[in-house]
Amino acid sequence: MSTLAERADARAPRRLAFRLGAMSDRAIAWLFITPSVLLLLAINIFPLLWTIQLSFTNYRANRPNAPLRYIGLDNYRDILSDPDVWHAMQATAHFVLWSIVLEMLIGFGLALLINRRFRGHSFWTTMILLPMMLSPAVVGNFWTFLLQPQIGLFNSAVAFFTGADPSSFQMIGDVALAPWAIIMVDVWMWTPYVMLICLAGLRSIPDYIYEAAEVDRASPWRQFWSITLPMVMPFLMLAILFRAIENFKMFDMVNLLTSGGPGSTTEVASITLKREAFEKWRTGYSSALAIILFVTVFGAANIYVRALDRVKQR
Amino acid sequence: MSTVTAHSVAEPSSLSKTIGGIIVATYAVIAILPLLWIFLTSFKTPTDSISYPPKIISEPSVEGYVNLFTTRTRQTPEFLASLPPPQTWYERLVRSRNMVIAGPSKVVPRFINSMVIGFGSTFLAVCLGTIAAYAFSRFRVPLADDLLFFILSTRMMPPIAVAIPIYLMFRNLGLTDTKLGMILLYTAVNVSLAVWLLKGFIDEIPREYEEAAMVDGYSRLQAFFKVVLPQATTGIAATAIFCLIFAWNEYAFAVLLTSGDAQTMPPFIPFIIGEGGQDWPAVAAATTLFFLPILLFTVLLRRHLLRGITFGAVRK
Amino acid sequence: MIRTMRALGATAVVVASCLAGQAPAEAKQLTLCWAAWDPANALVELGKDFTTKTGIEMKYEFVPWTSYADRFLNELNSKGKLCDLIIGDSQWIGGAAENGHYVKLNDFFKKEGITMDDFMPATVVGYSEWPKNTPNYWALPAMGDAIGWTYRKDWFAKPEIQADFKKKYGRDLAPPETWDQLKEIAEFFQGREIDGKKVYGAYIYTERGSEGITMGVTNALYDWGFQYDNPKKPYEMEGFVNSPEAVKALEFYKSLYKCCTAPGMSNAYMSEGLDAFKSGQVAMQMNFFAFFPGLYKDPNVGGDKIGFFVNPKEKYHYTQLGGQGISVVSYSPNRDDALAYIKWFAQPDIQKKWWALGGYSCHKAVLNDPGFAKSAPFASDFLKSMDMVKDFWAEPAYAELLLDMQKRVHDYVVADKGTAKEALDLLVKDWQKVFKEEGKI
Repeated sequence: MSTLAERADARAPRRLAFRLGAMSDRAIAWLFITPSVLLLLAINIFPLLWTIQLSFTNYRANRPNAPLRYIGLDNYRDILSDPDVWHAMQATAHFVLWSIVLEMLIGFGLALLINRRFRGHSFWTTMILLPMMLSPAVVGNFWTFLLQPQIGLFNSAVAFFTGADPSSFQMIGDVALAPWAIIMVDVWMWTPYVMLICLAGLRSIPDYIYEAAEVDRASPWRQFWSITLPMVMPFLMLAILFRAIENFKMFDMVNLLTSGGPGSTTEVASITLKREAFEKWRTGYSSALAIILFVTVFGAANIYVRALDRVKQR
Repeated sequence: MSTVTAHSVAEPSSLSKTIGGIIVATYAVIAILPLLWIFLTSFKTPTDSISYPPKIISEPSVEGYVNLFTTRTRQTPEFLASLPPPQTWYERLVRSRNMVIAGPSKVVPRFINSMVIGFGSTFLAVCLGTIAAYAFSRFRVPLADDLLFFILSTRMMPPIAVAIPIYLMFRNLGLTDTKLGMILLYTAVNVSLAVWLLKGFIDEIPREYEEAAMVDGYSRLQAFFKVVLPQATTGIAATAIFCLIFAWNEYAFAVLLTSGDAQTMPPFIPFIIGEGGQDWPAVAAATTLFFLPILLFTVLLRRHLLRGITFGAVRK
Repeated sequence: MIRTMRALGATAVVVASCLAGQAPAEAKQLTLCWAAWDPANALVELGKDFTTKTGIEMKYEFVPWTSYADRFLNELNSKGKLCDLIIGDSQWIGGAAENGHYVKLNDFFKKEGITMDDFMPATVVGYSEWPKNTPNYWALPAMGDAIGWTYRKDWFAKPEIQADFKKKYGRDLAPPETWDQLKEIAEFFQGREIDGKKVYGAYIYTERGSEGITMGVTNALYDWGFQYDNPKKPYEMEGFVNSPEAVKALEFYKSLYKCCTAPGMSNAYMSEGLDAFKSGQVAMQMNFFAFFPGLYKDPNVGGDKIGFFVNPKEKYHYTQLGGQGISVVSYSPNRDDALAYIKWFAQPDIQKKWWALGGYSCHKAVLNDPGFAKSAPFASDFLKSMDMVKDFWAEPAYAELLLDMQKRVHDYVVADKGTAKEALDLLVKDWQKVFKEEGKI
């Protein structure tokens, strides 16, 4: 009967057990949370504060011995009045918007079809998942190989199906097509992400709602619009939130696919940041740009999460 | 107890199911095609890999893999004739291309770095994350929601932005290009994922178990270690794999903060150069080998994939 | 008592074996850092002689070109001790000298009797001196390089091709000597069927990320009369960078890109050029001489099939300088050994061996040797080119100047943004901003 306690006493080192065992729940809670919070403070918050400080200076990391000068809001003024920075934000916005729209449409469509549980659906689902598990940098790199007009698979495949000449178009080098090249590769990689989430959403809708609709003789189309879509909406919005944050930060895939080219057509914000910070070494300037980007994402995410909560409550 | 279609309780006709299946299968085939092409390319000769127009069927060769693991120099036929005969099959292959093996390439150290940094940061992140998640789950922590959102928001900064001060910090601490520095960095990034995921898993473990144990005389800590942890093993394993996948595939921090000793595979693979040009079979070989562990984990993780990619917000 | 003795004894044995395991003096080793390409492999071969002569082991750190500057400038900026010797790009000299990354070699040269007169003047100015044209040496010229061109000699030799060309242009098909001739030949080959495949005229640099398109376009710019600044007033760029001639040159480069290059070459540098030429896609290729030994030995396009010519001329005749010098890193703990390597490398017979293995020596003993021009099919073109080289800025702020030019030129040539004059005008403004921050204007 008292075996549990006896065994516990016998096994645990006596003095330690007494000391730890005497810790209150509150002490344990703080003991458990503090290491994580400290680590995050050290690697996330402290650097953020340092970035804010640097953004008001003219510091350059490749001239650590040069005298540090505080220049107030000059960096911010330069950034907000630089047409190239606005162009980069535009390129980023275009990328985020279209990749999400396409991923939503294709992902949701696939989820609807997979939800019917046709034969072999779990095998095909696993196949579709694979692109998501690759390293974005490696993906960007081998897609340059695939999109090369003469030696790549993509142009030859398109030529095979449309009869066009494989060398008549180039995805990466064309000003009009390059933004769609990065969108295409991103959609290829992350549609399974949206698909999985929508699938979960679809499977969470209880049968009785549909049964009630059947009783009311609602058409399948009507059921889709008034039941399916609204109930999957929170899941979809969550997927959009995560994808938007990730794509706004996107660096590796785009940099390796197009280097921001042609010209600056696909130079998304992170690429501009990398060039200013680690190639031109304008540390102060790039810190200001980093803060602006962070505030944008953080602010947008906050607003979005509030909207998401409201949708969830409905 | 789940619907079979999204818009009606009625079972869809087998025709519409088949059509749907064909559409999904077609998409899956198109999605897999690039991966298959890369896999095929890893077995082509360098000349065939850049053949114009592209060749689907070509003479298979393991040159890609040999090139991946060695560094070679091109020599004149006279010099080659003066060397002792090749001892191994790969040396023979390299000699047949008028080249000599000069030594091993850096791919094995890079792969080991990926493993050490990946597993190291995963282990730490999961340890810290488990205990923090337990605290959030079981205790009423003041400002819990805000703290959790703070933990999530640390993932909203573009890595390049964080890299600037981290680079300066590491430079001052002598941590640039060290495995320890990268492990700390990845742990910090992964801890947020770990806390969110594990909180969800631990929430699902009924409190009754540990409360019963405490009634029986266990302290809270003993209950945690002896009752909760064993039940959370699946969740911990799933979380560990997600953290590992992130650290495995990460590029931005790796390329900015490592260059030699601590360089992992993602910054290494896109720059595998052959004779002047990019050695596509070797790159394809590296991509394939690098992907294999992840492939394995994906299959193992299928049940928890959804939870993992949404930070625990969505559970099947 | 016996137990303690045994324990002590065991400890003594362990300690002794640990101490014995330590060599009396540590095995000497030097690390040399360079880019990962053919000449680097040749240097590894060459370095075996140094190890034999001095017993110092050579370790190498080779990084692909696209991350070469990032990697090693990072290393130097963090005062890293990885590299004892570094073969740094010619443009790094300014920054490396002013920030104290390289050891100044004047005293060492004087002590060892190494004189810069033994090396080709263009290479001394380009790879060793900072400030330019002053006798302050920060590197030994190691790898001479410049932009040259290769062409498909076998295609040029086909009788039907020759006949067609003569009919169309009224002159014989031969390697071009002017840019207009080059464009004509490129147009001629563009889209032509040869051996059952469609081929294209020319391959030129268009890479956006590091320095590619700049290294390509300067070959045209210099020949039309572009100058970096007023020769009489340094850093005065208005009217020299964006002179009417420079505008014409930039427009010409773009027209060549649009009319006569293979599709998909919008972000292409050295390795894409090699791929394009080796896979039989283009008739002429712009690339650095460093690759020509490897191309000549290529089983598909080498030997009789390949020919070489120097950068064509327009009003002037220049070519873009490549190449590097070898320097001693000032943070290295093995400075004396590193200097010994430099002394060994500077010897004429080692320089001759360097050329034989595939490196491009800058030593007059090799280049002025009567047999040099015949030692390889590209040797005389190399000599000619090194006589007419011109280099990009080598200022400490060179990286920003380079990135600005990359952006403006790529925006115009590849992304069709604005006019050539606008691109160059914006470039002048960019560069003025950089120099103002530097305090040079």
